[in-house]
Amino acid sequence: MAELNKQDYEPGTHVDLAPPVSQVGITGWMRKNLFSTPTNVVLTILTIYFLYKVIPPVLNWAFIDAVFSDLDHRNECREIAGGACWAVVRARLEQFIYGFYPEHLRWRVNLTFVLMFVALLPLLYDNVPKRKYLLWFSLIYPFFAFFMLWGGLGLEDVESAKMGGFMLTVLIGMTGIVVSLPLGIALSLGRHSSAPIIKVLSVWYIEFFRGVPLITLLFVASTLLNYFMPPGTHFDLLLRVIIMVILFAAAYIAEVIRGGLAAIPKGQFEAADALGLSYAKSMRLIILPQALKISIPGIVNTFIGLYKDTTLVVIVGLLDPLGISRATLADSSWQGLSTELYIFIALGFFISCFAMSRYSLYLERKLDTGHRVK
Amino acid sequence: MIIQIIVVIIVLSLLGFFIRNTVNNLEALGAEVGYGFLFNPSNYDINQHLIEYSSRSTHLRATMVGLINTGLVAVVGIVLATLIGFVAGVLRLSSNFLVNRLAYIFVEFTRNVPVLLWILLWHGVLIHSLPHPRQAITIYDVTFLANRGFYVPKPLLDPLFWLVAIAAVVAIIGAVIFSKYAKRKQELTGEQLPVIWINSALIVFVPLLVFWLTGTPATLEMPVFEGFNFKGGIVLSPEFIALTLALAVYTGAFIAEIVRAGILSVSHGQTEAAYALGVKPSWTMRLVILPQALRVVVPPMISQYLNLTKNSSLAIAVGYMDVVATIGGISLNQTGRALECMSIVLLIYLCLSLSISAFMNFYNKRISLVER
Amino acid sequence: MQVGKYQLFVATIFVGMETQLNNEVKIMRLTKYLSIVVAVLALGVSGVSSAGMLDDIKARGHLQCGINTGLTGFAFTDDAGNWQGFDVALCQAVAAAVFGDASAVKYTNLTGKTRFPSLNAGEVDMLSRNTTWTYSRDVDLKMTFLGVNYYDGQGFIVPAALGVTSATQLDGASVCIQTGTTTELNLADFFRGNNMNYEPVPIETNEEARNSYLAGRCDVYTTDRSGLAATRASLDNPQDHVVLPEIISKEPLGPVVRHGDDEWADIVRWTLNVIIIAEEKGITSENVAAMAAEVQKDAELNRMFGTEGEYGAMLGLSADWVVNVISAVGNYGEIFEKYLGVNTDIGLERGVNALWTDGGLIYSPPYR
Repeated sequence: MAELNKQDYEPGTHVDLAPPVSQVGITGWMRKNLFSTPTNVVLTILTIYFLYKVIPPVLNWAFIDAVFSDLDHRNECREIAGGACWAVVRARLEQFIYGFYPEHLRWRVNLTFVLMFVALLPLLYDNVPKRKYLLWFSLIYPFFAFFMLWGGLGLEDVESAKMGGFMLTVLIGMTGIVVSLPLGIALSLGRHSSAPIIKVLSVWYIEFFRGVPLITLLFVASTLLNYFMPPGTHFDLLLRVIIMVILFAAAYIAEVIRGGLAAIPKGQFEAADALGLSYAKSMRLIILPQALKISIPGIVNTFIGLYKDTTLVVIVGLLDPLGISRATLADSSWQGLSTELYIFIALGFFISCFAMSRYSLYLERKLDTGHRVK
Repeated sequence: MIIQIIVVIIVLSLLGFFIRNTVNNLEALGAEVGYGFLFNPSNYDINQHLIEYSSRSTHLRATMVGLINTGLVAVVGIVLATLIGFVAGVLRLSSNFLVNRLAYIFVEFTRNVPVLLWILLWHGVLIHSLPHPRQAITIYDVTFLANRGFYVPKPLLDPLFWLVAIAAVVAIIGAVIFSKYAKRKQELTGEQLPVIWINSALIVFVPLLVFWLTGTPATLEMPVFEGFNFKGGIVLSPEFIALTLALAVYTGAFIAEIVRAGILSVSHGQTEAAYALGVKPSWTMRLVILPQALRVVVPPMISQYLNLTKNSSLAIAVGYMDVVATIGGISLNQTGRALECMSIVLLIYLCLSLSISAFMNFYNKRISLVER
Repeated sequence: MQVGKYQLFVATIFVGMETQLNNEVKIMRLTKYLSIVVAVLALGVSGVSSAGMLDDIKARGHLQCGINTGLTGFAFTDDAGNWQGFDVALCQAVAAAVFGDASAVKYTNLTGKTRFPSLNAGEVDMLSRNTTWTYSRDVDLKMTFLGVNYYDGQGFIVPAALGVTSATQLDGASVCIQTGTTTELNLADFFRGNNMNYEPVPIETNEEARNSYLAGRCDVYTTDRSGLAATRASLDNPQDHVVLPEIISKEPLGPVVRHGDDEWADIVRWTLNVIIIAEEKGITSENVAAMAAEVQKDAELNRMFGTEGEYGAMLGLSADWVVNVISAVGNYGEIFEKYLGVNTDIGLERGVNALWTDGGLIYSPPYR
């Protein structure tokens, strides 16, 4: 007895006695995590009440009273149940993915999409087997993708007006980020450089594109860009939008990389100079590899932002998922089902963006254990 | 040097190329560039105008109305986003499992869906779930909430009201002087005065007292349902509410992460040291943690404010008449002067953004001075 | 041609720079290299040759037609993803006239804001996007309007429960409007003219406007009467909504091309006209082949079918271009009935859009 009273063990860990019910198991967990202080008790009760109020109606609408079957008209949905009419998503699912890309050519989109991951793999993870060869593939991939999607050289041409849905989102986002990367690097070096004119021009560029909303740039692309080109020049809206997105993204990438450059200790620059390396060499071999490595999470985050911003192209009339939903809702069979479509699109974005932000977190953690400059 | 010259040549030739093309194209169309149209009547109505405006007013006036509407969304949105962000950021660190999970879900779900979609969804939810004005939700028949907007009484000011305004200014000046005095006293003697209580009392009661003494020189105009709609009072349209809320919640989710990272960035040793010195937990937060966290938090937060201001241009999706929807929207459509209208819109946003970044640079310099 | 002019311009700049810095051989080499790059960039974007638009379009192999991003009955996608509708049919008709193939057309979806800049920039060959013919668009924006394929007018729809019978009773109402159109101008004029107040609720698309109206965001929805009919037809209980008798504006909708190529304008104009004449003469997509095969008593028919005179060649088209048009899309009445008529969801009466012989306004100059 006397020994028990000495209590040289943590509560609940004594070998002979069962731990108090209040310390372990569900009760223990609840005491620790839900009801530890009076404030927490109140918060917990409020939260549970909130969840109770919100979750059942949402579940009812989205699942229990919802219609999932393959129907042709919204009225058929209403006849079955009063909840969500997911039949509209089912009827237009292919459009939401491919836009109006010709059906017999969709394998090209699928192939391009799958190979995109093969091309991304060596860039995103550094312990991929045969990374060197894969990197070569990554380099060729953009040209390959362009050829696959637009056609040419024997493949049937597909006009850009046929592209839409999530395919368009990925296309604009990926092209934007890939092409803007070199431009962004150049701009960040320009901003970092000691040459006054280049510095000023880079700063102007970056401040201009970061200072105006993307939507106004898209308006410029859709209404004004033609004025800036030689008379009669004709290149299509998608291309113009992509150009604007590239110019826009480059400014943001430049700022991300500038952050990376700023984080590199001065000693690195001085050491490179001391070794007698030329500017180009010191940048290429010493500075940029470090700066880019630090910047990768930022670049991924910029990409997520850009990917989400591609929804704005609907405002200039491109058929991204929101544009497809607009076209769908204009069909009198499916009028009025906007909530279902918006939620479907929101889920699509959530899944992809969440996955990417997880990846970016993973990278940040990985880099943190490395030699980040504090 | 050589590279600089080349860059200048490229930039100049590109610019020349664009300008020359533009001139050629406009010539070919027979259209002349000019801003004279700004002084013609706009011919369209705007539902929310904080300054005098009608369809007889000029396009320039319409631009001003739009600019003020943009400013309103930006200011209200920024205040709300900061509140939401701080609350969600702190809840994210709560020891309560349910609360921090819920905050986590909120933040992740909000951040990872495009803001345009949020705006559309919020708008849809507002106009579909709120009742018609006839069945408006009301608090003591003073404020009304319906799918046409949120109606609150509007204060009508009598001429004598300026006395109250002066009293308020005097009270604020007094509060500032008092806090300086209190600070000096604390530095000299260590004695602490209840500054917050006294100052709040000063700022609230002095104007109230003057208000009462001058014989309540203001009346409230109540919103009254009449015919189709409420008349009188101030109305916040569902478009405004949807846009502001969507932007505030979206930006708030980003700010929450910034706040969380900021608080986590303050080393735990600081808290422990403060406790060891016998500082109360609430004071530790206020005097030790927050000032240090703020230095990390503020710069990214201001860039979020900038994003919110720029994202307010999505107003066009729900029909809120901001600067893009007025001069860059209806005016552009009606006059066909794309070049002129878009240049005005770009210029306005550029000015807004540059002034916010200028402020940010100023602030950064200030806090880096504090760092010593 | 244009690119050549531009090259000259760039070359002048570079020559100027080079004479200034002629001791810097390195720079010269670089600038030359750069001028080539810029010129190639400029060439990379295809220039339009100075030949007529018809030749350009024929060389290209398809018609580029500007249509709405989605308007029930006028331009919408079916479940297979093909564009359909009253406006789209006109694009198909023009394609049939030029190529003999109604599918040789590609669509560009244009918003209210982008339609005129796109047309001006040559991005589309024609606009068939429920566009109202107005003075300032015709004169100030330098558009060429080619006729009217639908006589519309702005009206109002209100819930029957409101008990409103006339638009003049709408003082203080909230009004949903689609932006980017003449609608908001008419509305401002109407309410101002009648000394009434209103709350304008501007909305981008017809669909969103309809949703807002149904949700009670506004008391009344105003747009062209065709749009109102389409909207009303798509409601769950159409009888609960009434279209008010007032028509507050004239909205003649029709195809548009840009100033500058009258031959091309003639082709689009006469494509529209022959569709109208076809209805007048009882030519349909079913009987056109049979009718064209034999000589008709009516000489105008023979001229249209290309069996008399060289009328097709005058436009630079094939002799049987009318036959191609009608067999591809049908006559005006057929198109109307297919997309807008009483048997569709929209259920529009012909009304003023009946032929002039039936008391309507649809009228074509003679094919002579």
